[in-house]
Amino acid sequence: MSHLQPSPTTMPQSQHNIRQSHLDRLEAEAIHIFREVAATFSKPVMLYSVGKDSSVLLHLAMKAFYPAKPPFPFLHVDTTWKFREMIAFRDAMMTLHGFDLLVHINEDGVREGINPFVHGSNTHTHVMKTVALRQALDKYGFDAAFGGARRDEEKSRSKERIFSFRNANHAWDPKNQRPEMWKIYNTRVAAGESIRVFPLSNWTELDIWQYILLEEIPIVPLYFAKLRPVVERAGMLILRDDERMELLPGEAVEDRLVRFRTLGCYPLTGAIESDACDLQAIVREMLTARTSERQGRVIDKDEAGSMEKKKREGYF
Amino acid sequence: MTRHDLPVSAALFDYGDFIADQNEKSLLRFLTCGSVDDGKSTLIGRLLYDTKLIFEDQLAALERDSSKHGTNGADIDFALLVDGLEAEREQGITIDVAYRFFSTPKRKFIVADTPGHEQYTRNMATGASTADLAIVLVDARRGILQQTRRHSIIASLLGIRHIALAVNKIDLVDFDRQVFERISAEYLGFASGLSFASVEPIPMSARHGDNVTRRSDDMRWYPGPTLLEHLEAAAIDCDTADKPFRLPVQYVNRPNQDFRGFSGTIASGLVTTGQTLVATKSGRRSRVKRVLVGATDSPLAVAGQSVTLLLEDEIEISRGDVLSAADARPELADQFQATIVWFDDKPLLPGRPYILRTETDQAGVTVTALKHRINVASFAKEAAACLDMNEIGVCDLSTQVPIAFDRYGDNRVTGAFILVDRMTNATVGAGMISHPLRRARNIHWQKLDVDRRQHAAQKHQKPVVLWFTGLSGSGKSTIANLLEKKLNAAGRHTYLLDGDNIRHGLNRDLGFTDEDRVENIRRVVEVARLMADAGLIVLVSFISPFRAERQMARERMQEGEFVEIFVDTPFEECARRDPKGLYAQALNGAIKNFTGLDSPYEAPEQPELHLQTLGKDAEEMVDELDRWLNQNYIVADPA
Repeated sequence: MSHLQPSPTTMPQSQHNIRQSHLDRLEAEAIHIFREVAATFSKPVMLYSVGKDSSVLLHLAMKAFYPAKPPFPFLHVDTTWKFREMIAFRDAMMTLHGFDLLVHINEDGVREGINPFVHGSNTHTHVMKTVALRQALDKYGFDAAFGGARRDEEKSRSKERIFSFRNANHAWDPKNQRPEMWKIYNTRVAAGESIRVFPLSNWTELDIWQYILLEEIPIVPLYFAKLRPVVERAGMLILRDDERMELLPGEAVEDRLVRFRTLGCYPLTGAIESDACDLQAIVREMLTARTSERQGRVIDKDEAGSMEKKKREGYF
Repeated sequence: MTRHDLPVSAALFDYGDFIADQNEKSLLRFLTCGSVDDGKSTLIGRLLYDTKLIFEDQLAALERDSSKHGTNGADIDFALLVDGLEAEREQGITIDVAYRFFSTPKRKFIVADTPGHEQYTRNMATGASTADLAIVLVDARRGILQQTRRHSIIASLLGIRHIALAVNKIDLVDFDRQVFERISAEYLGFASGLSFASVEPIPMSARHGDNVTRRSDDMRWYPGPTLLEHLEAAAIDCDTADKPFRLPVQYVNRPNQDFRGFSGTIASGLVTTGQTLVATKSGRRSRVKRVLVGATDSPLAVAGQSVTLLLEDEIEISRGDVLSAADARPELADQFQATIVWFDDKPLLPGRPYILRTETDQAGVTVTALKHRINVASFAKEAAACLDMNEIGVCDLSTQVPIAFDRYGDNRVTGAFILVDRMTNATVGAGMISHPLRRARNIHWQKLDVDRRQHAAQKHQKPVVLWFTGLSGSGKSTIANLLEKKLNAAGRHTYLLDGDNIRHGLNRDLGFTDEDRVENIRRVVEVARLMADAGLIVLVSFISPFRAERQMARERMQEGEFVEIFVDTPFEECARRDPKGLYAQALNGAIKNFTGLDSPYEAPEQPELHLQTLGKDAEEMVDELDRWLNQNYIVADPA
């Protein structure tokens, strides 16, 4: 080693031997981000999508403002095709904590009868998620919106800032992002513009599960293995959550021991065969996983670069 | 997550041990930098691949992408793993910083893959601001380039202490030891002028994996570590816990009368219950009553933790203040020197107002002097009138109110700031504070017994600054002159500051470049402010073409004492009138930097008064102005 100055090869021993663990550091960073938004924006909102990342986000928001409640409302963009268990869990959590929940549904899409089975995942996601989200943000005039996206999920997400600027049309311009130096966030926006904020940017899927385990965070039971009625379609196991899913010739519903690694609209989310029925088993399974979590998402496969395209249009 | 985390067999998996192992791991944040095509993205792709981070579905996608966009023929192109934007894959370059995560049995890593193109230098600085170590890549065939030096200097200025010099594509020079040694020696010579603690040169081929995670059979002459071995062993500077306590106050949490908590992330040092802290801005002290880490009471907390502190006394503390150790306080000043990296395509101009943001504080700021620019190829100091995009300079800055800070060399959290454009809100620069300026510390505002209220009361009027802006020849001076006559006749105390007249005296040293126009306005603003303070009605007739400077003028005056009057005459009409013959000369090219022609005029967006002069008589407009002022502003002060 060519030292310009003598430098210790081992870490200098701090006189105060309190080391933060990796999860401690991630938690501190997320709490910092929550507080920064609360201190600098006039009308923030937290997008609550009911999945595991939202559960962690909710937990961190409560820690950040303890003993006060988080000083912002929660918004769920309901596509009307979410798993029934997700909706039940959502309502139970909001009641338990006494939070304000805003639910937004794109009524235009409902009137047009948008249906992922008929119109395909692309149109469904655009109308019932992206457009619905833009409608809700405009309706309430939110200037900052928290989301649970992580950089390890997908290539275009790994390029995104923690404080991600959106113009008045909610569009993301990936080639023209504000430099994000240190922990100094530029929170200034003009009227109509907004910032999407991602406190979990630096978390990985494994970090999320370890944190859920360590902090005993409640999650939707769909993440745990159970015998469920599924249909095999286009190489995916789709849980037939209600009668709106019509069986095609040759298809049959069978009970299989399955669980979900990620949750979205039930027709677009594949289950995995698994016997992991508690958190420890899930973490163990993760360590031997050979596919990424987004493999279970139909919408990511629509076309190359599809996530980036959706994000430019205003998707989270 | 990596296969390295995998237990030997599932039967032996012990969850408690696993968590303990995970928690024991230290975290190294590093970035890759160097010139374009030196192989930065390929190296990261290789690290992710060799540490088995790539899932099967991602590998399948990579193989598809490689045959479509790849630059390696039939081979897998690892750069496509990290170049996540469509434009990047199409152009085969990295545009923006990407963050990736991987771990080994020894450590966790966050890596920032940053662009090599000069036009994206700001994205490289973004990645460097949070990194402990930088991998500087050099193409063995091309050696050290200007961009290699530029990135190294930025890394050094941003406080990175450790460099791994990756001499890449060594396979393309037949694994030649002499090439490696020549490049290493040249780099070490250059780097000795920078503030790195260590530089580790490693010869490698990212594309083929030599000396990345496995030792190369083709370079038996190289005795040193592989890149991964070096990353696992590199020192992490973690002495922040031993430095004086600093808590930049981010958020005041006050859910009820009994709870008033000051929240933030500890920048350095440690805090215990019972300890005496001082609020830097007021100098008031109190003792710590409770320490909350998240939602849990704790007897102490250290650097890096996000905490809420409760104090024993009710003292004035708000966001932007810094709670600090009573015996080692930060600086509190409104003038200081800093090194600035400029990001914006509009240059940094001394005198122009910007917004300065520290981690939690914000203040209006101007660069009062650009001491010198740093030549990033030679590290030499050069004289400069402005900083263009991607340039680095040393500046004196002046904030409107004092801010609390440390020297960046002492504290990377409390010594840093960003600059934000007042109009577009873009992040236009980043700065590292070197030291406060003595004049700020020693010159205190002298309290005077006769104040502005008494000055105004004696004149039986409310002071106001009437700011006339518009093109040359628009009629500003004519209107201002007539209005002053009218006010004077009515017994008002007035003074008219005229752009041309001021340039004969106070501002005779200034020309018409953007830098000089900004300084021209700054001086007039200060003069107008003193006159308003003296109780006068001040009429300012200046082209004042830039919104930013008019905004600064507004903010330097008392609330409600600034009236912006837009004298709106179209360019063609001004050129037709041409009272001083200037348009004729400018249109001939005899006058450069002429407003409206080759120098921009930014029209006011919301002036208090908008005078459209076409087809109107000056006397008529002045009567209208006079009535409006009497109704809204110049009433006798009842006090």
